[in-house]
Amino acid sequence: MNSGDTAWVLVCAALVMLMTPGLALFYGGMVRSRGVLNMLMMSLGSLGLVGVLWVIYGYSGAFGSDLGGVGLLGSPAEFFGMSRFVGQESLSGSIPTFAFAAFQAMFAILTVALISGAIADRARFGPWMLFAGLWATLVYFPVAHWVFAFDETNAAGEVTAVGGWIANRLAAIDFAGGTAVHINAGAAALALVLVLGPRTGWPKETGKPHNLPLVVLGAGLLWFGWFGFNSGSALTAGTTAAIVFVNTLVGAGAAMLAWMLVERIRHGKPTTLGAVSGIIAGLVAITPACSAVTPMGAIAVGIIAGAVCALAVELKYRLRYDDSLDVIGVHLVGGLVGTLLVGLFASESAPAGVAGLFYGGGFDQLWRQAVGAVAVLVYSLVLSLGIAWVVRSTIGFRLDPADEDTGIDETEHAESGYHFGEARNTVRGPRTTEQGSIEALEGSVR
Amino acid sequence: MKLVTAVVQQAKVDEVRDALTALGIRGMTIADVQGYGRQQGHTEIYRGAEYKVDVVDKTRVEVLVNDADADDVLQAIVSAARSGRVGDGKVWVTPVESVVRVRTGETGEQAV
Repeated sequence: MNSGDTAWVLVCAALVMLMTPGLALFYGGMVRSRGVLNMLMMSLGSLGLVGVLWVIYGYSGAFGSDLGGVGLLGSPAEFFGMSRFVGQESLSGSIPTFAFAAFQAMFAILTVALISGAIADRARFGPWMLFAGLWATLVYFPVAHWVFAFDETNAAGEVTAVGGWIANRLAAIDFAGGTAVHINAGAAALALVLVLGPRTGWPKETGKPHNLPLVVLGAGLLWFGWFGFNSGSALTAGTTAAIVFVNTLVGAGAAMLAWMLVERIRHGKPTTLGAVSGIIAGLVAITPACSAVTPMGAIAVGIIAGAVCALAVELKYRLRYDDSLDVIGVHLVGGLVGTLLVGLFASESAPAGVAGLFYGGGFDQLWRQAVGAVAVLVYSLVLSLGIAWVVRSTIGFRLDPADEDTGIDETEHAESGYHFGEARNTVRGPRTTEQGSIEALEGSVR
Repeated sequence: MKLVTAVVQQAKVDEVRDALTALGIRGMTIADVQGYGRQQGHTEIYRGAEYKVDVVDKTRVEVLVNDADADDVLQAIVSAARSGRVGDGKVWVTPVESVVRVRTGETGEQAV
């Protein structure tokens, strides 16, 4: 065990954890004030639910011994509950297995939370939680196995444990999850949008973002956490992590500039929401590519992603689908751009050590990237459609239209995000004396 | 007695208040309001979606004064609130029939 690497990965795991509440604020600020809490709650729900499922069988499904040796799924039973790692020094490379599992848990949580941005203001909370659990189980855990589970080899170079097919057989490069996280979540978002339909009154009556400073705060937390997301994926505190860090900085920065430029040309003004959207688009695109490109390559990836995503988010008005907070436009499109650009901008001098088309490598890496991207897209889209359809046909998925009008915070959570003034805020006491009065309750708390 | 009501730019409220205080006016009511006049609204853009905003944010200042002070107060507000650009607002004066100070029960000019 290397304590430096362990410290780095544990810190990165905590950084990535912060991305989910960061995402919650990012999304929360973009909806109307009467739906802000539901937006936060869908991310928080993922944090609790997927974290628990990960420990019970998710880690095993993603990183357990491959079932049948074909690279499609790890054995969910092998490390069930992770108890067998307790009390022994189980290592994953140079770090404890628990450190690796904790780091990867945050990826699963965030990926599920990302999807929620597509269905703002119209999905009931219980069905969302059911969808989240089923989706993590049937889509994320297998795809994480495809992309993140590498073959284990012995000193002689023979494979001792088979990993996922995209990482090993196809050898597509996805350093920190362009396919497994962003294309995956984006395709699921597309499926949910198709199954749920648009918000009542969309696009005319669904309103403006209610709090852009909250959106900027969320984006800042996402970028901060993203350094852990990408650099931590090196799983060792060294040169690769440092290069990835720099690429994560300039990829996002360049994309922000490109998005603002597109807005300036098309709409006359660079906007705050555009700037932070550019940051996220750049982070999405640089995620698969950050170990495969030079910093100049990262800038190119960022510029292309920023410009393409800025144009892509407006497609929903032409194609008439209500992807509320642009999960498709930013994560699916940004993930595709970043994953494919690896095939163009990969440099042999970067840690991944592969040359793309522009660096003399021909089309070899590009087709591998394309096959990986399309495979995850199709798998996620088809399974997500199925899961969403099952949820809709059994317990129902959509909010009642009247409740949509009232506001999802009030009808699903019995809360409101903001209180102004003191009128009508009287505490309603308990109905029976058996439960005691509010005064008695306060007394016992003190 | 007169009620002077002014709808002014939000940024001008402090100047209006200072001008009235200099005249010896000791109280006023200030409220954030929305509306529109001849001034056009503005356009906001969120990820390419353009929203036309018809009503604009203004501040309404109301001052209760004695008849003799009404003109001075009106002039003070107009000169303090003027920027010369579109959207500076309006001021109007309405007659008031009766006034009561709640604490003392005083009425009429004493209560102003």
